[in-house]
Amino acid sequence: MTSVPLPVLMPALPEILLAVGAMVLLMIGAFLGEKSTSTITGLAIALLVFVLGLLVVAPPYGTTFGGSFVLDSFARFIKILSVGGSAIAIAMSIGFARAEKFDRFELPILMVLATVGMGIIVSARDMIALYMGVELMSLALYVIAAFNRDNLRSTEAGLKYFVLGALSSGMLLYGASLIYGFTGHVGFAGIAASIKANGAGVGFVFGLVFVLAGLSFKISAVPFHMWTPDVYEGAPTPITAFFAAAPKVAAMGMFLRIVVDGFGPATAQWQQVVVFIAIASMTLGAFAGIGQKNIKRLMAYSSIANMGFALVGLAAGTAKGVEGVILFMTIYLAMTLGAFAVILSLRRKEGMVEDMSELAGLSRTHPAVAWSLAILLFSLIGIPPLAGFYGKFAVFGAAVEQKLWTLAILGIITSAIGAYYYLRLIKIMFFDQPVAAFEPMPMEQKVVLTGSVAFVLLFVVFGNPLIEASARAAKSLF
Amino acid sequence: MTVFSFAFYMFAVITVASGLMVTLSRNPVHSVLWLILAFLSTSGLFVLLGAEFVAMLLVIVYVGAVAVLFLFVVMMLDIDFAALKGELARYMPLGLLIGVVLLMQVAIGVGVWTVADGSEGLRQAVAPTEIENTRALGMLLYDRYFLLFQLAGLILLVAMIGAILLTLRHRKDVKRQNVLQQMWRDPAKAMELKDVKPGQGL
Amino acid sequence: MAELWNTYLWPLIIMVAQSLLLLVVLLVAIAYILLADRKIWAAVQMRRGPNVVGPFGLFQSFADLLKLVVKEPIIPAGADKVLYLFAPLLTVTLALAAWAVMPVAEGWVLADINVGILYIFAISSLGVYGVIIAGWASNSKYPFLGALRSAAQMVSYEVSIGFVIITVLMCVGSLNLSKIVMAQHDGLANMLGLPWLTFLNWFWLPLFPMFVIFFISALAETNRPPFDLPEAESELVAGFMVEYSSMPFMMFMLGEYVSIVMMCALTTTFFLGGWLAPIDLPPFTWIPGVIWFSLKCLLVFFMFAMVKAMVPRYRYDQLMRLGWKVFLPISLVSVVVVAGVLMAMGWAP
Repeated sequence: MTSVPLPVLMPALPEILLAVGAMVLLMIGAFLGEKSTSTITGLAIALLVFVLGLLVVAPPYGTTFGGSFVLDSFARFIKILSVGGSAIAIAMSIGFARAEKFDRFELPILMVLATVGMGIIVSARDMIALYMGVELMSLALYVIAAFNRDNLRSTEAGLKYFVLGALSSGMLLYGASLIYGFTGHVGFAGIAASIKANGAGVGFVFGLVFVLAGLSFKISAVPFHMWTPDVYEGAPTPITAFFAAAPKVAAMGMFLRIVVDGFGPATAQWQQVVVFIAIASMTLGAFAGIGQKNIKRLMAYSSIANMGFALVGLAAGTAKGVEGVILFMTIYLAMTLGAFAVILSLRRKEGMVEDMSELAGLSRTHPAVAWSLAILLFSLIGIPPLAGFYGKFAVFGAAVEQKLWTLAILGIITSAIGAYYYLRLIKIMFFDQPVAAFEPMPMEQKVVLTGSVAFVLLFVVFGNPLIEASARAAKSLF
Repeated sequence: MTVFSFAFYMFAVITVASGLMVTLSRNPVHSVLWLILAFLSTSGLFVLLGAEFVAMLLVIVYVGAVAVLFLFVVMMLDIDFAALKGELARYMPLGLLIGVVLLMQVAIGVGVWTVADGSEGLRQAVAPTEIENTRALGMLLYDRYFLLFQLAGLILLVAMIGAILLTLRHRKDVKRQNVLQQMWRDPAKAMELKDVKPGQGL
Repeated sequence: MAELWNTYLWPLIIMVAQSLLLLVVLLVAIAYILLADRKIWAAVQMRRGPNVVGPFGLFQSFADLLKLVVKEPIIPAGADKVLYLFAPLLTVTLALAAWAVMPVAEGWVLADINVGILYIFAISSLGVYGVIIAGWASNSKYPFLGALRSAAQMVSYEVSIGFVIITVLMCVGSLNLSKIVMAQHDGLANMLGLPWLTFLNWFWLPLFPMFVIFFISALAETNRPPFDLPEAESELVAGFMVEYSSMPFMMFMLGEYVSIVMMCALTTTFFLGGWLAPIDLPPFTWIPGVIWFSLKCLLVFFMFAMVKAMVPRYRYDQLMRLGWKVFLPISLVSVVVVAGVLMAMGWAP
């Protein structure tokens, strides 16, 4: 027998650890039963934190598995964000799951498996690996969207997400097959080389549009955003927090890698698509958010608008632009997790509260929470010197540098419009008559909120290493 | 015409025809059976290509397992198919539109089709000669596509967890048989022997 | 013309002749195996069994055949006629088709294909359609229930059969049935220093748990007692065969027995060294391979018959429990264990 040597595994070590860890946790859960939930949640967080540490110290190992998987400093940066986001989301789910009595041990396990998928899509350097990663992540997300299976809204969210997600996977595959057909390659390097040699033909552009459509679904950019508000509203809140944080960042990372790495020579072609998606997302996110009453739906539209802002940086098509996107997503992650820590704490004796009007007078009943949320909202609007300002500044700056004036101006206008609903929330908290108080905030949410607010406030002082790191990450992609 | 091309055209025609019958037959059970025929003739095509392993897997997986479940579901379903046909008419324009769009895309694809220089040679060399194709497939799957193979496994694991998580409910009102418990029962503890005297009772 | 004759017609004639020979031998053998089944069953119950037609009832099966052929076939009014008649035909055709790749002695095989096992596995996984179609096409309650049971049962046990086959494959390194037999030519006996005791070389010894699982799963796969739930006469009258009579009924019976013998032959090939002689010393090596093969098949069939006679029928939930909760984990673990041992000891072919 000719024995085949194992491929180099070190670049994929974080994913391997997470996958094996998830299986071990599954075994523990299967044999110990439901009573093991808290143990498994703790172990899952420990696992994620361990992998996070590993990623922080790991050198960029390079390519393996025949060129279909890479760990460069871009992948490392995005993975740190998504693994950290998952760990925090799992931590925030503890209190909720206990109070709502749906603590089942599969939740953290599925979140860990989704994180494996995120790691794969960020590192994938060919279409097949990319697709497999997307499916792994999405399938876990579909299931946890419907996690609260006795709740009609949750199952509806899961079903909607699944059906639309399957459609988008179909588009992604169709596009990938067209690209394969017209360039003769599935690997990003091969695709780029083929475009460079032969130019971007009609068939390739068709494939490109389909692939970008499939990917925009995953980052919930307009016109593939339809699922976002319903899923955000229907899914249990800690799961919504998870959706808004880690998978978004990872999907954006995948988007960056495929357009820069794979379709680099066809920048003129994908730029048009990205500009369109960016404008549509910003506009829709800003206007549709105005009429919302449910705070989770509001967050959904906010995230749609934010994806639009991020894409503005990508539309520039330069290393500076990608650096802006990475920075923007980092700051977005911090703000979103903080905002969801507040939303998760909106709990009275009778259950969770999601209506915006219930926040009335929060400044008097829970002043610390109200001030923290206000700071986060100001940061989301983009008021200097909060972190959100620097994120937007980075992406718009990159667009301006490439003379994309319309895009930058539209971005500023829509962020002014979007400011309306954030300000309205602040008005409700500070100037309306208080209704009943909420239950005290659990410890883990306090920690997350404090961390998030500290990040937003102190970014202006300590942000430089982060900016440098994202510049390094962006450079590794080009 | 060689036997090879005769077999190819036979399998190809059967595949297409039974694919057509899947959509045309009135009875859904018949549709599934036509689908099975389509699978079988496709596996015949694989055999002609020299891909016997894939051919057998197609039969085992799709015909032997997937289609059985399909048939199961279709037989159990109680659907008014006349009403469904009415629905069909309503969505016909949209369906036709999508069909036309897809057809146009195929036309574009064929229109700009160019055949790379080496592709004809590569196509001839699909089946390695010095090595069984099962072994060749294994070498590829566990070496070049190792990552993808493992990922596929993980995806299936997630699907399995999901299916169990979303559908399994432990019913409390059902008596379950615990075989081990039954086997380990000790007759000395389970039974009590009493010596009943005649005419006295207990 | 000469070329046509040499390349196409002559090989075709040979192929047809070989197939016919195999079929005739097989069918005659089936007639006596059926009789043997009844005789063994009778003996266990201290009856005489069929003993009227011919000496010791030796022609009983042929009399049954005649009777079934001349009876009137009845097709229920509500039945789906085409499928109703197609189902028994399918059953018997598939059962016979599997024999195409079965080597009965060295080189005695119709089609020596590389993926022989997969072919048999594929064909036997198609067998379930005969039952399902029959149950559905009868348009009647009992047959339908029988069909549903059978579909679930056969699909469940196919899984563990698949894993058992994988363990055997790993020891052989080929999917060709002849090579599987040849791989049992040397092994444990040589290691023990007793090279003439070739029956110790066969896979039944190193893979004993797999042998047991395969045997029991084969019972379930062929709907033999104690797993004959699809036709459980005490609950479902006769399951999917309720509405059948005459020729179609006979085809079901025939198909069933052909696949039972097929399972015996598979057990022989996988675990009992196929056509190899049990002891590598003169009186035994003089006997041709095909005889050894038949004897081993008959031995396995005797076990089949004894199980039928002695073990009461399983309840449905017990059947499912055995398949999914006992056999599947065991066979899955042993795939891993066997692979590990083969790699660790460097025995992997």
